[in-house]
Amino acid sequence: MIEVNNIVKTYNKGKVKALNGISFSVGKGEVLGLIGPDGAGKTSLFRILTTLLLPDSGEAQVNNFHVVTNFNDIRTCVGYMPGRFSLYLDLTVEENLHFFATVFNTTIEENYHLIKDIYEQLQPFKERKAGKLSGGMKQKLALCCALIHKPAVLFLDEPTTGVDVVSRKEFWQMLGRLKEQGLTILVSTPYMDEALLCDRIAFMHKGDILSINTPKEILASFHRELFAIKTTKTFQLLNALRSLPDTYTCFAFGESIHWVPKIHTTPSALQSIIQALDENATLEKINPTLEDCFIDLLNQPNASSN
Amino acid sequence: MQAVIEARELTKSFGSFIAANKLTFDVMPGEIFGFLGANGAGKTTAMRMLCGLSIPTSGEARIAGFDVYTQTEKIKQNIGYMSQKFSLYEDLTVKENIRFYGGIYGLKIPQIKKKTDELLHELQLTQEADKLVRELPLGWKQKLSFSVALVHDPKIVFLDEPTGGVDPITRRQFWDLIYYATSKGITVFVTTHYMDEAEYCNRVSIMVDGVIEALDKPSVLKQKFNVDSMEEVFYLLARKAKRSE
Repeated sequence: MIEVNNIVKTYNKGKVKALNGISFSVGKGEVLGLIGPDGAGKTSLFRILTTLLLPDSGEAQVNNFHVVTNFNDIRTCVGYMPGRFSLYLDLTVEENLHFFATVFNTTIEENYHLIKDIYEQLQPFKERKAGKLSGGMKQKLALCCALIHKPAVLFLDEPTTGVDVVSRKEFWQMLGRLKEQGLTILVSTPYMDEALLCDRIAFMHKGDILSINTPKEILASFHRELFAIKTTKTFQLLNALRSLPDTYTCFAFGESIHWVPKIHTTPSALQSIIQALDENATLEKINPTLEDCFIDLLNQPNASSN
Repeated sequence: MQAVIEARELTKSFGSFIAANKLTFDVMPGEIFGFLGANGAGKTTAMRMLCGLSIPTSGEARIAGFDVYTQTEKIKQNIGYMSQKFSLYEDLTVKENIRFYGGIYGLKIPQIKKKTDELLHELQLTQEADKLVRELPLGWKQKLSFSVALVHDPKIVFLDEPTGGVDPITRRQFWDLIYYATSKGITVFVTTHYMDEAEYCNRVSIMVDGVIEALDKPSVLKQKFNVDSMEEVFYLLARKAKRSE
């Protein structure tokens, strides 16, 4: 449904490189997650695929339409939820939805089944102006407006940024139901826990795709030994570990420290290294999370972090 | 030890709507206090009262010893504030931003000069001193924004979702800065949507529908709710929320 071939995008006459020749494809009914920080090129990519921006070079097709030559065809068959809320703040919930339906030559009634689950939660507020809605509600309305013309492909640019854990979970449940109806979804997020819910994920950094695969394969491709250290003195121990020559990387991960040692030795030898620094610390070998994998990719020589 | 933030039944209503309902808590010097809650739970309202930007409807609070009703200017002089939407001027250079905020907070020229050198050195931004803030990567802007919030040596710094939109390494570097600040005795009051960051706080409060529903060390809260992560604690509490702003 989406084919991207060596897309390059620069700004300021080539001075700022947003996308350095990236390629990937997304199959029908697939959810592909773009994971990466601000400045990775996610929004440029969305804008190119929704025909709002021209690439410098490279080719891309959405639903078999070319993004440059067939842009009008693409516009009728995709739904786009930009990162910045872009509905009409001085129209009500219902007026916004009606407006978007009309623009796409359809009616709310015709495709109501697509948005029913989501719109029902907005019903009590349908007379309220969009500008007066909470973050979670705005997000739901924006999704409804992006869906009302029954698009084949849905583009969601950071739909859950700044949204609390509960609303984020609900939002992903909605995406799951849309996927079941055959919708193809390209979605970006800064939250690693959401990445697990995608069929495949692409880790993006500074205009490149560092890795693209299923979450399972990405987790399996982590080839180092990883240990979780529990301590009551996280930041003192982090600093001590950082100055150890045996440390490859160490980062705080919630309640524990994730430590990748350079040396391969017995667990008890590692345990004694740790306990020399903090006698109450405990060590356990663990499987990586997606965030460990992303950090590891960022630490590769060709993808240094800021 | 005297608390740097003391709130007693602090309440703010807008008409019949009680945005923040009888908030009672203390924050001790040098503590990292995580202030969590669902969207619309009343966090921003509470923060605005604590920063002296909004007068409470009822209740008491003292910030660095100053009263939130009568000494709001004193409060502003003794706190730092950094929000997700940067307060830095994009079309000023790094150095000019530091000078500007130093001036706003009443620092004298020699003090500003000294502070500027210190900050640039600590942040390893000496090379970028004359660059426009607009040209800096987001992670650097966040670090600079944090340092600028500390330019007048406040007792408390309020951080409103400081780490959005950066990569996992940069996000952790920001927490190194927070820990460095607390090692110098500064108190940190922080909101975040990243639940792993809640684990980095000494204590955490979780607001639901205007009320503080839980307040303790992350380890104690996890034990109390019999779960493995702060994300689960948050989810169990916040899903009961009835209101959404």
